[in-house]
Amino acid sequence: MDIFIQQVINGLVLGSIYALVALGYTMVYGIMGLINFAHGEVVMIGAMVALTVISMLSDSGLPGIVIALIGLGAALPVCMGTGFAIERIAYRPLRRAPKLAPLITAIGVSIVLQNLAMLIWGRNYHAFPPILPTSEHEIFGATITGLQIAIIVIAALMMAGLILLVQRTKLGRAMRATAENPPIAQLMGVDINRVISLTFVIGSALAAVAGLMVSANYSIAHYYMGFILGLKAFTAAVLGGIGNIAGAMLGGILLGLIESLGAGYIGDLTGGFLGSHYQDVFAFFVLICVLVFRPSGLVGEKVAERA
Amino acid sequence: MIDFAALKRDRRAALAATAGLGVLLALAPFLIGAAAGATWLRILDFALLYIMLALGLNIVVGFAGLLDMGYIAFYGVGAYLYALLASPHFGLHWPVWAILPTGALVAGLFGVLLGAPTLRLRGDYLAIVTLGFGEIIRIFLNNLNAPINITNGPQGISGIDPIHFGSVSLAKPIDIFGFSLPSLHAYYYLFLLLALGIVFVTIRLENSRIGRAWVAIREDEIAAKACGINTRNIKLLAFAMGASFGGVAGGLFAGFQAFVSPESFSLMESVMVLCMVVLGGMGNIFGVILGGALLTILPEVFRHSAGPVQQAIFGKVLLDPEALRMLLFGLALIVVMLYRPAGLWPSTRRRQEFKGSAA
Amino acid sequence: MPFSRVTRMSLAVAAALALAACGDKKEEPAAQAAAPATPAAQPEVTVKLGHIAPLTGPQAHLGKDNENGARLAVDELNAKGLEIGGAKVKFELLAEDDQADPKQGTIVAQKLVDAKVNGVIGHLNSGTTLPASKIYADAGIPQISGSATNPKYTQQGFATAFRVMANDVQQGHALGEFAAQAIKAKTVAIIDDRTAYGQGLADEFEKAVLANGGKVLAREFTNDKATDFAAILTKIKSKKPEVVFYGGMDSQGGPMVKQLKSLGLKSVFLTGDGGCTPELIKLAGAAAEGQYCSLPGVPLEKMAGGKEFGDKFTAKYGQIQLYAPYVYDSVMVMADAMKRANSVEPAKYLPEIGKTEYQGVTSKIVFDGNGDLKNGAISLYQVKDGKWEYLQTIGGDAAADAAAPAGDKK
Repeated sequence: MDIFIQQVINGLVLGSIYALVALGYTMVYGIMGLINFAHGEVVMIGAMVALTVISMLSDSGLPGIVIALIGLGAALPVCMGTGFAIERIAYRPLRRAPKLAPLITAIGVSIVLQNLAMLIWGRNYHAFPPILPTSEHEIFGATITGLQIAIIVIAALMMAGLILLVQRTKLGRAMRATAENPPIAQLMGVDINRVISLTFVIGSALAAVAGLMVSANYSIAHYYMGFILGLKAFTAAVLGGIGNIAGAMLGGILLGLIESLGAGYIGDLTGGFLGSHYQDVFAFFVLICVLVFRPSGLVGEKVAERA
Repeated sequence: MIDFAALKRDRRAALAATAGLGVLLALAPFLIGAAAGATWLRILDFALLYIMLALGLNIVVGFAGLLDMGYIAFYGVGAYLYALLASPHFGLHWPVWAILPTGALVAGLFGVLLGAPTLRLRGDYLAIVTLGFGEIIRIFLNNLNAPINITNGPQGISGIDPIHFGSVSLAKPIDIFGFSLPSLHAYYYLFLLLALGIVFVTIRLENSRIGRAWVAIREDEIAAKACGINTRNIKLLAFAMGASFGGVAGGLFAGFQAFVSPESFSLMESVMVLCMVVLGGMGNIFGVILGGALLTILPEVFRHSAGPVQQAIFGKVLLDPEALRMLLFGLALIVVMLYRPAGLWPSTRRRQEFKGSAA
Repeated sequence: MPFSRVTRMSLAVAAALALAACGDKKEEPAAQAAAPATPAAQPEVTVKLGHIAPLTGPQAHLGKDNENGARLAVDELNAKGLEIGGAKVKFELLAEDDQADPKQGTIVAQKLVDAKVNGVIGHLNSGTTLPASKIYADAGIPQISGSATNPKYTQQGFATAFRVMANDVQQGHALGEFAAQAIKAKTVAIIDDRTAYGQGLADEFEKAVLANGGKVLAREFTNDKATDFAAILTKIKSKKPEVVFYGGMDSQGGPMVKQLKSLGLKSVFLTGDGGCTPELIKLAGAAAEGQYCSLPGVPLEKMAGGKEFGDKFTAKYGQIQLYAPYVYDSVMVMADAMKRANSVEPAKYLPEIGKTEYQGVTSKIVFDGNGDLKNGAISLYQVKDGKWEYLQTIGGDAAADAAAPAGDKK
């Protein structure tokens, strides 16, 4: 039983990490209907910047949590600037272009960011300095670290904050108006360029937080880490219903649980025929089944009947 | 430059252009081989393979408007089928003329397999499901070495028979009337022949009832259904046709490389083929050909120039040439799309749509 | 009208061909630019050695490390000023990137063949080495890989294919023996990363464990880009094995060791050469203490010139990642064969490679009929005080030879 609880905890932690990244995806998608494929790379930039600053300060004698916050403080503006620039350069000129055009520029941006990071930070893997206390807690015979609890809490807080932002603030109203119909929103006095820029900046700030948490939890960062993370988060966002903030959280947690329980029990379920190497197959299979019965994700809105 | 209007008007000029093209295509390997060496010939061979892939994907994405991000799976299916049927792995040595059609058929079946559960999905939801499908196929290829060894797992299958017709193998220079045709040249002609075949089929399809039905679905699925188009069958047909082209290209790849392993069929490859289609000009066969050739050749041009050009300008290599090569490639994708949002050579219909919506 | 289509198509193809032609135009100034770099003051021959490894993408750190190993060897050879066949020899390294992609592997292989290289060092991955080896074999160019461990590479019957590293079978076998005999483990769990390297090694390890009477309690899998291993480690925890073996690289091994400890597993961790790096200790932190790994060959400190190599490399390029010493040896073996054949012509010195008896920095290099390392020795290490410490060497006459410094052959 404690093994099962441990697997559920593993899934929750992994799922919260996916959710952290997926929130940024879904936010941009919700407003613009655009898959920001470069989002994973922004997460990577956040992780690398934070790690560089934290490595420099790790011997300074400051308490770990302060160093981590300084690292985050450095990563936030860099990521926000990157997100702002990406939107300005690669997406804004294509707002009225065929739908796949921004997808290709996003892939281009992704390749550029990856190789820039390789030039700046080198090709080696970077170890995250052990500045945060690794306190372990026991829950029903299963273990969880303080950092992992923090990840789950931060993911939930960010989701709640985003929902509040979108539903309760003036900016949120402008965002929803832009999502609904950009030209009409503009006629109603919404500065849609500003709203979209802000959306990217906020999404990138989330990416900075996600980057720090991911690299701290696995104590590793690398210029290539964004690709897989972005892919998983995108899957999670679609599973929940892309564009829906609560859906991203739900999809992330679900994907984490599916992967974790899949890896743990798929062998027993199939009588040893399939092992943990089919973990991703299992995850995609669940995704396909969900989408077959709910073609717009678990809590997503019905897709408009036009292309 | 060539006067387009004159070509359209004048049948004789058109014939002359066609003949000129034919001669150019026939002589290309010798010209390029002599001027630039076998490397560029090999790149040209790969460009032809990717053109076939891009044309196949174009049917799904360009004609029918279904965003497929797992297309490389069909390439993998074709390649592995060739590898299994013509290698020491199972001790089978089927002839090429039997394998390639089988590959097309099996890949087509996989296309239907992918299409069937995704009929209700659109846009980005379809994209993620096809992406997942592509990954599922790759994971199976990577893991089916146990409990029964089918694909030999991550080790891949080596020692695959080169493409051969009877006793004439394309892997060795072929003697024709005392004239020796090098292996890369022979592969070029074979690939060219099949690529032309695919172009021909695609052109005929585009102007057929089926082709118009695909366009109707792309433009408005509900209206298409209302017009009496069996959208289910037509969509499945798009998946199957596209997949079968991929299967043929995959078989050729396996014979050409004499080795297949799952890493050749990664998600990034699917993304690259999609880039070829979109960057070249979705829905326009000639644009797609251009896109396929461009995205195969461009990274190689950067590879050959990234270091030496820096050397020539600055007197030393300032930036790591390999990183620079990929940087330039990424930038090229961005710049082309910014200046030609509908692709380098959009189809006339798309161009009009774009103008209409932008105005 | 069908004709207009055909003409439009002709333009598309013409454009594509023009592009291909553009490529070679840019290549020509490259050749010219390279020429002035080698002033031909006295009679000297330039020997071009090709080196191929992934320099972009997720394995770029290993690829660059390999390239640096080859560069160091080439610089040393040039500084020494070899004379072969009466002419002074200048070595030149053509380093290429294959992105660990088999297709690009064959393209760059062809590029090297076109550039008329005298020999090829590489590739890093088995997946790119296998299809490329055929191109080198057809061109008669000798190829020595310092890191491709797939047994198939040397079993294809190519006279040009060599490797200076124990293959998966040899290493997996030694690791299995070590687990059973030295650690005295009766039960093991095995994880691999589903790459050709990781799976090959793990399969051989499993065989060796079973042959030594051990039991495999769990066989789990991950991939070479993963960072989260909690689920499979939790499953392994429930089976309580004495040893957890991982076939894969340090970038996964490090976080895996860390998670293994934080989940409270009591098992010891054992891995192959891919994880036998300082990087793994850095990534795993304190959790690395007491874990084991293996590395083909003999420790650098024990070899004549080994320590010197290590110091020089570190001073020039920073820490050795993994395979740089093997690649360094590969270049030296090739140069040694050229010296003995008194020729830099591939056809003339190729037979000499097979007769190599060279005291390298990783082991004594002698090839068997296939081009594999004869009696490849495997050394085992354990983390003590945050450093890999040498424990013992399994197999290979090389170990015995290594004790006696090998005179002038360095």
